[in-house]
Amino acid sequence: MDLEPVTATEIRPARVGLRLSIIVLVSVVISVMLGILVGAVGLSAGSVFAELADKIPGITADSGLSARDSAILWELRLPRVVLAGLVGGMLAMAGAAFQGVFRNPLADPYLLGVAAGAGLGATLAIAYLPGQTQWPISPLPIAAFAGAVFGVVVTYVLGRSGAREYAASTLILAGVAVAAFLTATQTFVQQQNTDTFREVYSWILGALGTVGWREVVLILPYVILSGGTLLLYRRLLDVMGVGDEEADSVGISSAGVRLAVVAAATLGTAAAVAVSGLIGFVGIIVPHAIRLVIGSSYRLILPLSLGFGAAFLIIADLIARSVLAPAEIPIGVVTAFFGAPFFLLVLARSRRFS
Amino acid sequence: MRRYSLLLALLLLAAACGGDSTATTSATADITTTTAGETTTTGDAGFPVTIEAANGAIEIVEKPVAIISLSPTATEMLFAIGAGDQVIAVDEFSNYPEEAPTTDLSGYEPNVEAIAALNPDLVVVSDDLNDIVAALTAIHVPVIHHPPAVTLEDTYTQIEQLGEATGNSSAAAEVVGSMQSDVEALVDSAGQIGEARTYYYELDATLFSVTSATFIGQVYTLVGLENIADAAGGAESGYPQLSAEYIIDADPDLIFLADTKCCGETPDTVAARPGWDQLTAVANQSVIPLDDDIASRWGPRVVDLLSQIVEAVLALEGSTP
Repeated sequence: MDLEPVTATEIRPARVGLRLSIIVLVSVVISVMLGILVGAVGLSAGSVFAELADKIPGITADSGLSARDSAILWELRLPRVVLAGLVGGMLAMAGAAFQGVFRNPLADPYLLGVAAGAGLGATLAIAYLPGQTQWPISPLPIAAFAGAVFGVVVTYVLGRSGAREYAASTLILAGVAVAAFLTATQTFVQQQNTDTFREVYSWILGALGTVGWREVVLILPYVILSGGTLLLYRRLLDVMGVGDEEADSVGISSAGVRLAVVAAATLGTAAAVAVSGLIGFVGIIVPHAIRLVIGSSYRLILPLSLGFGAAFLIIADLIARSVLAPAEIPIGVVTAFFGAPFFLLVLARSRRFS
Repeated sequence: MRRYSLLLALLLLAAACGGDSTATTSATADITTTTAGETTTTGDAGFPVTIEAANGAIEIVEKPVAIISLSPTATEMLFAIGAGDQVIAVDEFSNYPEEAPTTDLSGYEPNVEAIAALNPDLVVVSDDLNDIVAALTAIHVPVIHHPPAVTLEDTYTQIEQLGEATGNSSAAAEVVGSMQSDVEALVDSAGQIGEARTYYYELDATLFSVTSATFIGQVYTLVGLENIADAAGGAESGYPQLSAEYIIDADPDLIFLADTKCCGETPDTVAARPGWDQLTAVANQSVIPLDDDIASRWGPRVVDLLSQIVEAVLALEGSTP
């Protein structure tokens, strides 16, 4: 939507890029540190670092943590922080990619029916597959993943038929229709199974409360595959930003790029949603905040979204489990409650500077 | 997110039994005790009767013979006081006792026309959803709104009121009397606990729990157990979602699972959760699977629940000299 390709950031991309890389690395490291150190149970910083250092080959450190505290750190807190980082980075990057490929500032990773499809899949699994925790592999993330992919495939097939010059908007409209239909179905299934309200509701608002390494292992391949693909396409997104015809005129198949980007972003989003539920706003707030500060080049926005998205969600999860500790609040509430005002702040500041 | 607000509203009604309706129940408790006494003296045939439920004074002109219960708890109460043969239909979740005439009527999404089609002369509900109470009152069907109990006294009052309303006052008084003496005996037998024991009560695998302020929490308080969820900041609601870290750090002596039917949780699935193998309750096999239905209702079977709790507590005392 921003048709001024030449901005200050793009004149000296190398220097700016280096500085930004350092900033993003530092924010990820700080948020991970905070995420590991703060929790419902007070573990002293010294013993946490000693415990971590002890795992490095060649270093022996006595953390003084009991077996129980150690389990809290290794089996609950650390996987949760790692997963929040992966999910946050993935959602933010997928959001940025969708905004680029559809030239629509309101596009988010849930645009094409991912959320509604995953919601339906999860609801069906919760309602009709009792005793999930007894299964060798929990069917809930698989059902959510399958639902998410199904939602987008249906959207894509239905939306493809539009006139060429409206290809992007047809797809978005098809997404709206498919999402409405899937959500209606989900609500119907929900009404038939009122006894599972709380479980479905927890899932829909997003939850990282009960995750472990299993979930991390489950989504890591998808995040790598999807993230890698999106990063490869980041320069093409800049070209697509000008318009489909312009992209085609320089020998880039806009339809092909769109399909590849949508497929990659969907796969990653579906994996993230499968393990964490529907965490809103990350995919919109993070890329836009970055765009407002550094300009509209996807070459920078995509990798930065990965880093800042990770940091943002780790901090959001930290808030979710600290505000009412030892009780938790849904992380989706935190991302909206703190993310939206933060976004407005960035918006106001960027107006003042320009 | 906004489209889920409806879901939230329904959820709060469905899951967080209690809340605002509690004040009404407690307030009416005193009034009804006297009313119940009067009716008992006039005998079972003393219609018309007026009872004070959460929806005000309800007059029942004749002994009802076509009762519909949209509340699993009310269904259990009605059958316990011998009003079972006056009940023509119960809601989809009323699965106890077995002879209850279960239909696809819903207590969560009550449909006034579907209810009216059965020509009931009395309807009992636990939640006034979809304005069902007003709708039924408008078509002159007497409705008793008995919201989720907050104390055992509420349970006794509701049983006595149903006894009056259905012409089974003396049977209802007997049920209440035997419940009271059973509860007393159970509490006495658990009274020997040397030190305070802690417990974690699980509503589902996302670690929703209850505090001592809830009906179920009070049952545990009766036998002197301490609830780890009471420390939760969100405890005002009575149904906080706990963090896994906190549960493991609190290391409760007992874990009660009220999510065995709904969600298939078992002591084994609990032990398999990341980090949970560190828990004393898991090591001591003090993870007690409950019947979700009994644990979420406030009917006569609360005695069974209490007995299961006492058994677990005594087993614990036996295992650690």
